[in-house]
Amino acid sequence: MSGQSLHPPLVSAPLLPPMAPPSGIRPSPATWIRKNLFSTPFSGVLTICFAILAAWLLHQLVSFAVLDAVWAGGQEECRANPDGACWPFIVEKFDYLRYGAYPVSERWRVDLTMAIGAVLIVWLLWKRAPRRNVAALLFFVAYPAVAFVLLRGVASLDLPVIDTVLWGGLLITLLMSIVGIVFSLPLGVLLALGRRSELPLVKAVCVTFIEVVRGVPFITVLFMANFMMPLFVPDYLTPDRLLRPLIAIALFSSAYMAEVVRAGLQAIPKGQYEAAKALGVSYFTMMRLIVLPQALTIVIPGIVSTFIGLFKDTTLVAIVGIADFLRAVETARVDPNWAGPTISSTGYLFAGLVYWIFCFGMSRYSQSMERALARGHKS
Amino acid sequence: MSDVLLAAPSRRSLSLHDAKVRGIIYQLLLAASLLALAIGIAVQTASNMRARGIPLSFGFWNEAAGFDINQTLIPYDTLSTYGQAFWVGLVNTLYVSLLGIVLATILGFVIGIARLSPNWIVSKVAASYVEIIRNIPLLLQLLFWYNAVLKTLPAPRASIELPGGIYLNNRGLIIPEIQLYAGAGSVGLAFLAASIFSVAFWSYARRARDRTGKQLPVLWVSLAALIGLPLIVFLLVGSPVSFVTPELKGFNYRGGHQLYPEFAALLIGLSVYTASFIAEIVRSGIQAVPKGQTEAAHALGLAPGKTLRLVIVPQALRIIIPPLTSQYLNLTKNSSLAVFIGYPDLVQIFAGTVLNQTGAAVQVMAITLSVYLAISLVMSMAMNAFNQRFAIVER
Repeated sequence: MSGQSLHPPLVSAPLLPPMAPPSGIRPSPATWIRKNLFSTPFSGVLTICFAILAAWLLHQLVSFAVLDAVWAGGQEECRANPDGACWPFIVEKFDYLRYGAYPVSERWRVDLTMAIGAVLIVWLLWKRAPRRNVAALLFFVAYPAVAFVLLRGVASLDLPVIDTVLWGGLLITLLMSIVGIVFSLPLGVLLALGRRSELPLVKAVCVTFIEVVRGVPFITVLFMANFMMPLFVPDYLTPDRLLRPLIAIALFSSAYMAEVVRAGLQAIPKGQYEAAKALGVSYFTMMRLIVLPQALTIVIPGIVSTFIGLFKDTTLVAIVGIADFLRAVETARVDPNWAGPTISSTGYLFAGLVYWIFCFGMSRYSQSMERALARGHKS
Repeated sequence: MSDVLLAAPSRRSLSLHDAKVRGIIYQLLLAASLLALAIGIAVQTASNMRARGIPLSFGFWNEAAGFDINQTLIPYDTLSTYGQAFWVGLVNTLYVSLLGIVLATILGFVIGIARLSPNWIVSKVAASYVEIIRNIPLLLQLLFWYNAVLKTLPAPRASIELPGGIYLNNRGLIIPEIQLYAGAGSVGLAFLAASIFSVAFWSYARRARDRTGKQLPVLWVSLAALIGLPLIVFLLVGSPVSFVTPELKGFNYRGGHQLYPEFAALLIGLSVYTASFIAEIVRSGIQAVPKGQTEAAHALGLAPGKTLRLVIVPQALRIIIPPLTSQYLNLTKNSSLAVFIGYPDLVQIFAGTVLNQTGAAVQVMAITLSVYLAISLVMSMAMNAFNQRFAIVER
């Protein structure tokens, strides 16, 4: 310091050694336990009760799924073991659970469709991927056509046509959810725009559709699609048995999607609309280039959670005779060859795990997106 | 001056460049296409129905149904009409939904509050519950409860005996039947009188508080009235109640009240599933109340319990109630999953059996959809009224 030469030092030259921080500030394991587990007597009692409960549940799960489970062998071993899961059953049924009765020689087509879909979805959802709009275009326009050609088959392309009766398992579940999202998102955007339209008739039609669909259970919509759609059209136009629930799921989720998109539209400041109008931009250009890009970005978490709901709702298509993943588990479970005591529990545990991994993954993505968006708005 | 300058042109131009004209044209086009679609569908449906011999009228409503329903809350037998079957289904749907709403609310609030507990293990257990249950389809959970839990219970002959004459087996839970004798009505009347008194006392106490600033012990007085008065009357008329304990006769139990496994699985599944969503709503509602509110209440010297009851909960409730309503509606709609495990709800009886027997798809679906829409409408209206009472009065 320059002042040192002018004034005598007010501070003693050798600095005192720093004192240790008071105990309890630096979180040692003991203080952490005291603070988070035994802060009050009541909290201590709760800790002990819940620790016992959690330990018991974990022990039950681990001993059922791992320790007491049958890992190798076959039907005899499973019948002899009433305590643990029967994994050979899942191994044997694995292909059935994935493809249903899709012909074995053609299953590469399912794999290829799923691989393309997975690549496109990762491209679309990965925040730093280049040219995500191309991915969106491919996913929403080109992919449905490619998937249709691959899965159903076109005779002229040397891909034999596979009747939809044979489709099943995870293939149906993923197909239902992908079709649901691909068609419900654009439809939902249209409905949301219609609901906020200044034209009274357009608004009334959209509000009625959205509120009616959201007011009834999905099962009744499926029933309607299955029983009434064939009555609505001439015989030669009757939709395929798989197409009817697909239409139902697309219409049903579009109403929910519309409400999510509407929330996004409402969150866009009015100045954005007014500025666009002041510049003389037409309604559709304004929506396409100014409002929707902003609105859709902020509702990505909402879209993902609607999609999670849609993914879980695909289980209900079993009611109209479609063999989705859960239905395949149900069919496999009652196979008399595998009538072991824990076959049902094993099947449900496996199905639960599969659904949980998909849904939990998606909800994690939506949470990370939410955090990223919150950061973006603060800066 | 400015009026003159800004005056609208007197002549209205009828050109396509006028947004209003275009709007009218769009709407006319929409109306025309919707109308064409509706007429086309109506004509096609009528001709298809005639061709397939499907009834076009609602005449089936008064025809004998000819099937039996094992769980009814209102009188019904094989000779009853389709119309009566409809009412049985509707009452069953409402019954399981109402019970489910009560259970899911209790469970959801407990778990939501547990998630905010400062106790690490309590909050982690609650968080795991939410994350596991929420991410597994409801149908899978229902099938699990029904097929893997309730159906694997022992047969009636090897029932699990619980204290108090309660038996648990794969046909359900059998509890003693309550039989009422003369004089039981007066107990009910006493309870009614106590309820009226409690409401009157509550409103008196509120007025007294506004006048004097003193809080009367409303809770204790009403509890004493609600429990004490019926109890006194009960003892005075000489305990007009007896229990009929169920007895094993042949392959099943006779006497006693039976809770069927289909009903139990549906109730457990719906409550457990919906509770995970309610827990998240409760958690975010409580977290949305600014911390300054708690600090201000403490600074004013309010005890922690009163802070929670008088400051935090009223504000959190305002945020919680609208999404809670939609969860209640979801639960009611999800009760239609009963059809998968065979509980006779509206969809299973009416949109299932009645539709298959009569073939009257259009009429049956129209009635079913209207019922669910009406339930949605009534519930959202009730909740909106409730919400308005709770809504904060902003400056």
